[in-house]
Amino acid sequence: MQTLNLQVNGETHELSVDVRTTLLDALRQHLHLNGTKKGCDHGQCGACTVLVNGKRINSCLTLAVMHDGDEITTIEGLGGSDTLSPMQKAFVKHDGFQCGYCTPGQICSATAMLDEIKEGWPSYVSVSLVGEPELTSDEIAERMSGNLCRCSAYPNIVDAIIEVGDKS
Amino acid sequence: MKSFDYQRAETVEQATTVAAGKNASFIAGGTNLLDLMKLEVLSPDVVVDINRLDLNAIEQTDDGGLRIGALVPNSKLAADARVRQHYAVLSRALLSGASGQLRNKATTGGNLLQRTRCYYFYDTASPCNKRSPGTGCSALQGQNRLHAIIGASEHCIATHPSDMAVAMQALRATVEIEQTDGHRRQVPLQDFYCLPGTTPQRENQLESGELITAVHLPAPVEDSYQAYRKVRDRASYAFALTSVAAVTQIRSGTFSHVGLSFGGIAPRPWRDTEVEAMLLGQTPSRQLFEKAADRLLEEAQGHGGNDFKIPLLKRTLVAVLSEAANFGGDA
Repeated sequence: MQTLNLQVNGETHELSVDVRTTLLDALRQHLHLNGTKKGCDHGQCGACTVLVNGKRINSCLTLAVMHDGDEITTIEGLGGSDTLSPMQKAFVKHDGFQCGYCTPGQICSATAMLDEIKEGWPSYVSVSLVGEPELTSDEIAERMSGNLCRCSAYPNIVDAIIEVGDKS
Repeated sequence: MKSFDYQRAETVEQATTVAAGKNASFIAGGTNLLDLMKLEVLSPDVVVDINRLDLNAIEQTDDGGLRIGALVPNSKLAADARVRQHYAVLSRALLSGASGQLRNKATTGGNLLQRTRCYYFYDTASPCNKRSPGTGCSALQGQNRLHAIIGASEHCIATHPSDMAVAMQALRATVEIEQTDGHRRQVPLQDFYCLPGTTPQRENQLESGELITAVHLPAPVEDSYQAYRKVRDRASYAFALTSVAAVTQIRSGTFSHVGLSFGGIAPRPWRDTEVEAMLLGQTPSRQLFEKAADRLLEEAQGHGGNDFKIPLLKRTLVAVLSEAANFGGDA
C-alpha cells in the first residue's frame, strides 16, 4: 500500500492504495467519481479520458501512485447538471451521443483538444506544421481518434466540438 | 496484474542502481508497460518510476542539433517549434502514431523501447519465442499481416511498432544511455536495436539497469525535403503496415543527401545504406527509384498474410522519392 495526494476537481484527497491501482480505479473505486468510465481498460477506447495538469490522458494506463500531487480534472469537474460547461451544453444541443457511455471521455478529450489547437499544436492531417491549425471536421476526426463511440454518434460529436471551437 | 515493488527514483543514479541486476522495469508514461503488465505478458518484480527525473527538456546542442530528454512526451516533441521547422519528418511521424491522449503520456525513451504488437506476443496462451524463449513462433504459420518481410528469423517475425524511431533513424539520431557505473555512452540509433536471430527476447543494446537519458539529433539538413509516409489499415490510430521516412537534399540536380528509414516491415526501424548510396549523387528518375526499391527488397520474404507488403513498400518508396524529386532544392 502507498499513500498519495491527488488534487481532484479542486479538492485534495489523501488516498492509500495498492500500487497496482490505476488512476481510473482510484477515481472510481476510492473517490467514487463514477463519471469517468472503464471501457477497454487498455487505452484503445478513450472512455477513461481525464485531464492531468490540463492535458488529456487515458486514466486506465497510468498508476495512481505516479500522480502524487497532480491536478486531475474529471467530467464532474468540468460541470454539473446545473452548471454545464460549454462543451457539455453543445453535446446536449447537438445530440452528441446515444447510449452515453463514451460521452464523459469524449467531452474531457474534446475540451483539452481545443486547448491543444489554441496552443498551435499541429495534427497528422494539418497541411502545414507551422501554420495555425484549422478547426475542420477532418482535423477533429484525426485529433479525436482516441475516443471511440460504439453508437457512432460521430457527426454530432464533430458538430458539437466545432460549435464550441468557433465560439472560443 | 502481478504485485511488484514500486520505487520512485529522484536521481538518474538512483534509478539505475535500484534497477540493476533485478527483474525491474522503468516506468515513464507507462502506456505500453501497464498494458502488458495487465495481461501478464510482463511481470517485473520492481517498477522504478522515473517521472521525477530531470529529463524533460529539449535543448540546442553545440553542434547545432537537439538533445531531447528521455521524458519529453511525444506530443510536446511533435509540437516543438524547432522540431516542426527543422525536423518535420519527426513531427509527422510522432503525429501519425497512437492517439492524442497516448501522445501526451508516451515519452521519447519509452517510445524507443515499446514492444511489438504481434498478436501472439500479447496472447499468453500462444507459443512465442520473444515472450517465452524456446516455445516457438506462432506467427510463422499463423496470422501475420502485421509482420516482418526483412530482417526476421525463423524464431521471430515480429515488427518494431514505433513511428518515432523510424523518423529519428532517417535523421541519424543517437541514443544517450546512462550506464550503471555512472558514465554515459552514445549509440547511433541504427546500432541500438538487435535483430531477432536465435534470441528474439533481446531487442536492444541496453544492459540490466541502464537507462536511456536522451536522444540526440544532428544539425538539420538545409533545404531538405522531409516526409513520413505511413500506410495503415485505418486513417488514424493504427500501426504502420509500411512506412517510409525520408530526409533528402538536392543540389545541382542530384541527390546531395539521402536519409531513408522504413517502418512496419522489420524487427527494428530499417535502414539500408546501400540503397542510400545508390541514390546519392544521382539525378532523380523513376527508373532510379525503382532500382533502389528493388535493391531494398532483394531479400524480402513474405509469410503469407504479409506478402502484400513487398509491392506496397516498393510503391510507397517510389512515391516518396518522386515527391522528393519534385521538391527540388536549388536545382
